[in-house]
Amino acid sequence: MLAIVGPSGTGKSTLLRMMNRLDEPTHGTVYFHGEDYRGLPTSTLRRSIGMVMQRAYLFPGTIAENIAFGPQQHGISITPKQIADLLVQVGLEGYAQRDPLTLSGGEAQRVAITRALANQPEVLLLDEPTSALDEASRSEVERLLESLIRERRLTCLWVTHSPEQARTMGDRVLRLEAGHMTAIGTPDQVLGQTAKAPSA
Amino acid sequence: MFPNQLARGAVECLIAALTAIAVIVLARRRAPDLLKEVPTAQLRGLLQIVAVGAILAALLHGPQWTSIFVLVGMVFAAASIVRKRAKQIPGAFVLALIAIGVGAGSILAIMIATGVIPLRILVLVPVGSMVIANTMNTQSLFLDRFRGEVLSHVGEIESALALGASAEAAVTRYLHAAFRSSLIPAVDNIRSLGIVWIPGIMAGMVLSGASPLYAALYQFVVLSTIFSASALACFVASYLVTKRIFSVHDQLLLRS
Repeated sequence: MLAIVGPSGTGKSTLLRMMNRLDEPTHGTVYFHGEDYRGLPTSTLRRSIGMVMQRAYLFPGTIAENIAFGPQQHGISITPKQIADLLVQVGLEGYAQRDPLTLSGGEAQRVAITRALANQPEVLLLDEPTSALDEASRSEVERLLESLIRERRLTCLWVTHSPEQARTMGDRVLRLEAGHMTAIGTPDQVLGQTAKAPSA
Repeated sequence: MFPNQLARGAVECLIAALTAIAVIVLARRRAPDLLKEVPTAQLRGLLQIVAVGAILAALLHGPQWTSIFVLVGMVFAAASIVRKRAKQIPGAFVLALIAIGVGAGSILAIMIATGVIPLRILVLVPVGSMVIANTMNTQSLFLDRFRGEVLSHVGEIESALALGASAEAAVTRYLHAAFRSSLIPAVDNIRSLGIVWIPGIMAGMVLSGASPLYAALYQFVVLSTIFSASALACFVASYLVTKRIFSVHDQLLLRS
């Protein structure tokens, strides 16, 4: 788990968006499994590199339809049993037929996480997934993400504006300032240090 | 009272225009922008329709097929008006030109080929212009609604893209909403035909001596033609517009 920290407007979200190829790099590229990602079909890349945004942005319909959406885009059908199992893992047992409008912020974000995981990604990009939540929901979602990421051995990039969250969640921390990486290392090295590393 | 028909027409236009201005002055608190927009639109519309009247009068003395060029000119003008309603959509003029050209053009061609609309200037230009104008209105509504839907659902669209959805799949529900809402006036016109309104073309035919029943049937033909042209234009536009608001890598380009 790599936590990405830095002031607002420094390019943290843009970095994640480029990795999912929602934005195109103006120069440089991203390597995925050692291969320039511009050579991969966008849809395949996005299946392998899942993304959870600041807000859940659930689609109209049922929770089950939201979870099935990703696999359907790749011609994979997901069974009601698989959906139910995924919902159990995120603590939303019996929610499959619920309307997203009836969910709390924390529940909606858990569905968004489940929706991303239904694609079985190798990498998960988390763009401040708890910043729009209240304190109680934030800790719940943090704990859930931590267990899911460890259990599935996912490579994960977590953008956060909170150094505390970066310290708690990140194995490594990357600091971005004005679009440049200014430090990378363990949480203590990056968040504890006072002198900045040279620009990358 | 009036020395000739032209003077009478000018006075009637003035009364109609002043009435419209009085209404927007009355409603200025609710719609302040209209106060600027409507008088300009009225003046422009008046000049255009007078110009068309003059062209029509000149064409009456020429070969009948020249009416096709008038209609082609109208399609270009319609596309230019639609472009202004769809400013944020790249290439909106070409998009509207293709959509209106294919929609109105092919439906009118079918009607001409089957003899439903005779290739006579006096019929083709007024009926064709009605079809093109209504198709233009539908296009404006379609693109305006679609743009609004996309701008207010950027998060949902990018979430769908991030899950691997194609651009087409990510905006399908917004295309459906725009398609449906833009055709509401055309559908309602057919639905309310004869009950809520008796359109001008029917009144004109009756006044010029046609049988009221035939005039009624022909009015249905005109409104159905308008609906077909509008729907076909929206169908074409729905494919073209998706390509214009996404990059080749399915990245959303249309953002507020």
